[in-house]
Amino acid sequence: MIAIVDYKAGNLTSVKLALEHLGVGCEITREPAVIRGADRIIFPGDGAAASAMEHLRELELVEPLRDVVAKGTPTLGICLGTQVIMDWSDENGGVACMGLLPGTVKRFEASGPFCKIPQMGWNTMRFARKHPLFNGIEDDSEFYFIHSYYPVPATGELVMGETQYADATFASAVGKGNLFATQFHPERSGRVGMRFVENFTKWNGQC
Amino acid sequence: MERPMLTKRVVPCLDVRNRKVTKGVKFQNNVDLGDPIEMAVAYSDGGADELVFYDITASAERRPIDIDMVKEIGKVVHIPFAVGGGIESLDDMYRVLLAGAEKVSVNSLAVRNPQIIAEGARIFGSQCIVLGMDPVKVEDASTFPSGYEITTRGFRERTGMDALEWAKRAQDLGIGEIVVNSVDADGTREGFEIALTKLIATNVGIPVVASGGGGTPQHLTDVFVQAHADAAIIASMVHTGDYTIAAIKQDLDAAGVPVRKKW
Repeated sequence: MIAIVDYKAGNLTSVKLALEHLGVGCEITREPAVIRGADRIIFPGDGAAASAMEHLRELELVEPLRDVVAKGTPTLGICLGTQVIMDWSDENGGVACMGLLPGTVKRFEASGPFCKIPQMGWNTMRFARKHPLFNGIEDDSEFYFIHSYYPVPATGELVMGETQYADATFASAVGKGNLFATQFHPERSGRVGMRFVENFTKWNGQC
Repeated sequence: MERPMLTKRVVPCLDVRNRKVTKGVKFQNNVDLGDPIEMAVAYSDGGADELVFYDITASAERRPIDIDMVKEIGKVVHIPFAVGGGIESLDDMYRVLLAGAEKVSVNSLAVRNPQIIAEGARIFGSQCIVLGMDPVKVEDASTFPSGYEITTRGFRERTGMDALEWAKRAQDLGIGEIVVNSVDADGTREGFEIALTKLIATNVGIPVVASGGGGTPQHLTDVFVQAHADAAIIASMVHTGDYTIAAIKQDLDAAGVPVRKKW
């Protein structure tokens, strides 16, 4: 069973629908016990870092998430979920985050007069390395993004894929061991995204 | 300067009435074109970058949006979609997003109660709140500096609000994206209203979606290149089968407009 972590941060339904389409059992949950017992974890999210961290603390989900990542449960962060696993986000004037992956989260700066923030739409990801979650997916495939902030991992080895937007070539996929996280929304990235989600449902957490 | 690799979005719009996709000219004389779920799947498989659904009679019939339809769409479509029509409250927004939509579009409601934008953005995040606006060209430049007045309820009601001022205010309130639907161009298939789209797109920092008037691939090229739109909504030109999404994108690509080419 895959636990989809509900911390009042949106986009849970599209993740659930994608898993149901693949015929994979899942449960939207905010129960620490369910999260601790799950085979795999999806940690999604839309919205802002400060309220996300507030909700995670209020629902007492920080420790269970830290524990399941530490014990090797395959875990996938998506969008805001990817940002709040870092150490720190510049959003909302600066927010201390969960620190499951070393690094920070920065805001795009417009690179020209018609460069819009948020980045909203389809952009390519170039693989930084091979990974089981990329099986069957071509390099430079397009994924759906919707965000104003992006992760900056502390070291290059945490970068799994890169995308270019505004003033940045940023890490659109990051990871370490059994933890993997994408800035894009695989559950809404068409056929390519569904392949990625399917890869996750079969991933044993090894690289 | 290197061009951002973000692609321009081609977005079929499905106006739904009694569970049928329908299309009119300037919001009138609608004819039924097909089943919304089947059409959604066909567009999603055919290379659409997003979809938009408007429950066009919910508002007039004073009934809530058809949530069951939204749920069905969410099950079969694996690209983002927005839903609008008949959104009357934060609860309505929540129900639409919970049913599987990525974005919820507000129009009349935001005109009546602009604070709903700020509240929606705070609760659900800016990225999922879209402002739909229906501006009409006016001569009275002293009242409407941009030359366009906002109308609501399918052009039936004038608001006295200037289009550009409204766009900027909505941005300040936290809207994530603006759909500029030209009342004058709607359903004409004679091209998007370039001046209006450009005016809004170059004066706000958030994505702007052109809507109304798209009839040929060249019209999309024009609105992307000349008006700096980030996305274009199309309806009749694909609903009638005159063009496929793939053919439109091929033309855009040949014209140098960045588009998603694999799906």
